[in-house]
Order: sequence, then C-alpha cells, then structure tokens
Amino acid sequence: MSDAFNKGLEDLDAGPRPSDAGDAGAPPQAGDLPPHPSVDALRERFGDAVLRHELVSGDEHIVYVLPDRNLEILQFLRDEPGHRYDFLQDLTAVDYGGGRMIQVVYQLWSIENKLNLRVKAELPLDGLEIESAYHLWRAADWLEREVYDMFGVVFHGHPDLRRILMPYNYAEGHPLRKDFPLRGRFSRAEQTRRALNLRTEDHYSPRELEIAHVLGQSVPDPFGKSETNSGQHGQFGGMGGAG
Amino acid sequence: MSSKLRRVIYNVARNPELSSGGSLVHAPIVPMAGEDARVQEDIAGEHMLINIGPQHPATHGVLRLVLELDGETVVRCIPHIGYLHSSFEKLGEYRDWNQVIPLTDRMDYLAPLIYNCAYAMSVEKLMGVEVTERCKVVRLICMELDRIFSHLLWLGTTAIDLGAFTVFLYTFQQRELIYDLHESFTGARITTSSTRIGGMMADLPAGWIDQLVKWIEGFLPVLDEVDTLLTNNGIWIGRTQGVGSISAADAVNWGLSGPNLRASGVAYDVRKDRPYYDMDSYDFDVPVGEHGDIYDRYLCRMEEMRQSVRLLRQFIQRLPGGPINVDDPRVILPPKTAAMNDMESMIHHFKLVMEGVRAPVGESWFSVESSKGELGMYVVSDGGSKPVRWRVRGPSFINIAALPHMIEGALLSDVIAVNASLDIVLGEIDR
Repeated sequence: MSDAFNKGLEDLDAGPRPSDAGDAGAPPQAGDLPPHPSVDALRERFGDAVLRHELVSGDEHIVYVLPDRNLEILQFLRDEPGHRYDFLQDLTAVDYGGGRMIQVVYQLWSIENKLNLRVKAELPLDGLEIESAYHLWRAADWLEREVYDMFGVVFHGHPDLRRILMPYNYAEGHPLRKDFPLRGRFSRAEQTRRALNLRTEDHYSPRELEIAHVLGQSVPDPFGKSETNSGQHGQFGGMGGAG
Repeated sequence: MSSKLRRVIYNVARNPELSSGGSLVHAPIVPMAGEDARVQEDIAGEHMLINIGPQHPATHGVLRLVLELDGETVVRCIPHIGYLHSSFEKLGEYRDWNQVIPLTDRMDYLAPLIYNCAYAMSVEKLMGVEVTERCKVVRLICMELDRIFSHLLWLGTTAIDLGAFTVFLYTFQQRELIYDLHESFTGARITTSSTRIGGMMADLPAGWIDQLVKWIEGFLPVLDEVDTLLTNNGIWIGRTQGVGSISAADAVNWGLSGPNLRASGVAYDVRKDRPYYDMDSYDFDVPVGEHGDIYDRYLCRMEEMRQSVRLLRQFIQRLPGGPINVDDPRVILPPKTAAMNDMESMIHHFKLVMEGVRAPVGESWFSVESSKGELGMYVVSDGGSKPVRWRVRGPSFINIAALPHMIEGALLSDVIAVNASLDIVLGEIDR
C-alpha cells in the first residue's frame, strides 16, 4: 500500500470526532516561531499582558492578550510608528463549546507596513465583558454589535450596543454559541406566534422610539398597510429586488 | 409642544483631508455629521421620522433605513439589517467542509464564484493543500469574470436609481451572457457551487475558453458605449460628484474596502498587497480615485472592469493543461472507474463520502479581493470533519455600516444615490 494511502488512513482512523467534541484543544504550538515585529514590541511594552504567541496555517501570527488590557494593546498597535495597524479587517468571536472560554478575535492589517496580526482575548463564559474598540476603529461598530448579538459578549464603551441581525425582541439567546440548538430554543409554533404578533414598536430601536417621542410622532409601520404602502406594493411588487 | 422640537444646523465645510491627495477636479462639500452638528430648538413640525424599506426597489434588497429628516435634509440615518438572516455561519457548523460550499454562493449571489473560490482557498490553506496550476488559473478566471459580473449589475442598478434607464439594458444584456458562461461551466446560473476542497467540481468544458474570448470581444465595445453614456453626462455628474464623499482617513477607519476605499485614494487591494495564486506575476493596475465620492467610485469600477479584462486575457494565455484536481486521496474522490476496480481507491471513496474531508486542528484567516471589497474567510477546525467556526468577513456588511456617516447632512435624494454607490448585497450583509 502506498504511503499516501496510509497517511490518509491514519488521520481517518483517529476515529470520528464530532465537531463539538469536548477535547478540541488549542491550535498546535510550533516550537520555534519566526519572530513577528509587533509581537516582540508588545512583549517589551506590555510584558505579562501578552499571554502567548502562536503561528497557524504557515504564516498567520496570533497573539493572546489579557482581556482587561485589550484596549491599550490595540491602541498601541494602531498608533505606534512601525506597526500602525490602521485597518481593522475583522472582529469576531469563536466558541469552542464544552464550557471553554470564548475568544474575541481582532484581525488587523497595516496598510502602510503590510503586516498582518491576529489578536485574541479569551473570556470566561460567566464574564463575557470586554472594552469596546469602537473609539479606535469605527469599523468595530457593527462588528461588535454582531458579536454581541451572536455570542452575548458585552462591549463596554460601545455607544449603541444592540442586536443587529436578530430582531430586537429576540428572546432565545445568542445563536452562534455552541449551547444554542440549531433550530432555536422555542418551538416552531411559539416562534411563528411571536413573529406574527410583532408590534410596530418592535421594529424600532429604543433610540428611534425616543426620537419619535421627542418629535411627538408615532413611528410608521414598515410592514403596515397604509394607503401609500399598499399602493406601492401593487406597483413595485412584481419587480423584485434588482440588487 | 414646540419647545421639544429640534432642528439641526449642519455645518457645510470643505473637507481638508481630501485635498491632500493631489489636485482637485471639483471641490467636494462635506457636511459635518453626527455629533458635530449643532442642535438647537426650533419651530414645530420641521423634523420627521420616515421609514424606507425593507421592501423598496431602491434599497437593493431588504435594507431598511429609518431617517430623521429636517425638511429634505437627513439629520440622522439608522440602518436596520437582518431581514434576510439565514444564519449561514451556524448552518456551516453542522455541515462538513465540502457541504458549506453551496452556502457561500447564496451569500453574494451577484458574484457567486468569488465566494466559492474564497471559501475553498481558506480551507485549503488550513489543510495545507496546494491546488494544481490549472486549478489556480481557472479559479482566477472565475473570480475576475465575476468581478465584471458584479460590477455590471452595480452599474446598471445605480444608473437606474439615478434615472439613467438605458445603461441597465446594456449591462444586463452582458450579464446574461456571463450567466450563460456560468451555466455551461457549472450547470447553474446563480448558485454555481463550483469549487471543491482541492479543486473544482469539473474541468472547463470543451470550447468554454473560446466562448469566453468571444464574450470579451463583444463586451469591450459595450463598456465603451456605457462610458460614453455616463462619464461626461451632465446629469450623471451633477448627481454623483461631491455626493457621499468620505475621506481617506475615515474610509480606512470605517473599514471600507474594495472600490469604495480606493475611490478615496487608498490603494489597498488584496490582489496586490497579499497576492494569492501568483497574482503578483500578472500585469494589472489598481485604479484609485481621489475624492471618495460616487463619481470616483463609478470611475474606479469602470476601470476595474477593464483591468479584469486585461487579467482575463493573461489568464487565458497562461492557462496550463494537466489535472484540475489535486492528486490527494484525503480530499478528492478517486475516479469512478478506479473506485470500482481498485481496493485502495474504493476505501478512499467510501471514507470521503461517508465522513467527508478532514481538516487538521487549527485555524486560518484568508482573504481575497471580491468585487465588493475584501472578502475574508475565517475557518476554525478541531480536527473533525466539520468546522468549529466558519466566519465570513463580508465586505458589504462593513461598507454599509458607513452609510450613516456619508449621508447625514445630505439630501434625501442623495440617500438613494449613496446607498446604490456602495454596491451592497443583502444576502451577504444578513448572512
């Protein structure tokens, strides 16, 4: 039998492992990591706040930092000459399940220096709180709202932290958590009942309702059958979304 | 009651940051937005809260905007998304690596092949699989073709939003021909699902490249015609120049990418900055605007289509022969005849069908330049046959977040124009 065949089987014979298996560990730690200029600078400047440094998939550097010092570290990375990670590519979270910590992931890119760095902060399930990066990168605005919506991580200092993809009155929890069942927590009947019994106010954020209150105006129902709306529906209904 | 009503006086100012990039053809006027606007008490009945969407033809899908208006001026804009939310990322965690591919083209159904390729490339990076030279070039052809595909839709719908109906007919005719190319290659017009981990669903059919060459020859004159229709058109210029400007610094800070970022003068293009599949060995330019307004976004996208054609020609010239799929039994099914006649191949076939591809423990964040901006795919594996986390950094999601910043202080009629100029696709925003 060929080597390729054996190699393939060795991996497969490790046995079926469901993707939410309990022992899914951290990515493998390489012995000798090629240095990353920003990680060295971070270690020098922040010492123990930089927990560890990993290299994955060939060339991706990850640095784990203390969650309660994330903001000063990110600010250093954004502003320090020679690093200047001015572009927040992505801000997301990973839940490995099994009660392990949820990782908040910052993917940074420096347009000037052409450097990539991934910063991670691990939060325990009973303390899903971290400082918001909104004031460093406005890109974090919606990304943090999404992480809050999907994982329940609270970002302190975010000016408008509310659900973004799920409805404002969604009461089933945070969908991308591993303990969230694929079909939701409520029964289909209950989900349908709730969807059909939305009030007009449920389509608006508290801030909009406040504006409407100040203006002495009632909020328009986006799905309502007002005269103009139903007229438009007949007119444009057949067109579909052009984009 | 009148004491409660407010009016926002917005300061119209030249944007000093914009003038740093060179000589200005036209001086953009940028209203101060958000907190900078002064608020003062005013007479009753001036402000109004209106709702646009989610079902409105000019929101390009199911985007919903709540606008606070002062007469015709937008004081505040609050976008609402999620009306198309299907939780693709959660669904992906319940599917094996190859089964995720059909979810990817349902995100950006305007450029499905780019999403197919980006996903496969991220998983291949995680698994350490190097695809064949032919596969690389075929994927690059797919991606550049769909960049044109998506830009054509953008061009047609944006022109229609601003009242130029004819352009729509030209661009959609060309899109129809690309649909035919999709169909003859992948069997589907929109939901292509053409990539597999380690290769493609199938090799290019016979004569496909000739079809592509023929299409390119017919496409360029049409692009020139559209250029004639719009670029020097007084109405088009009036509706687009100086509207929805965003400075380079702001665009970077808001995380804009793609033509929206480059229109502001930042030459960030993943194809140049982190070249994949030897993109650095091809000859192409990255067009950059200087005012960051709708007109510059338009010019950038027009030039990008020409550059894509230039790239397509180089790809066609360089397209090597050989197999399209990697010769690796861990990821690619053996040929059917081998599976029926040869024990080894049959076992591989069985394992791959029953259990799927397996990725090693680890993670990978990989991005390509999609038609809308930087498309990042973040895959996390625990060594199983399903992802622990599959995250998509959707360029539209981040681009549209900057919409309030661009339109607060502008006129209501510009809202539609600015929204159209960002080139969003709600399938990917809501995921």
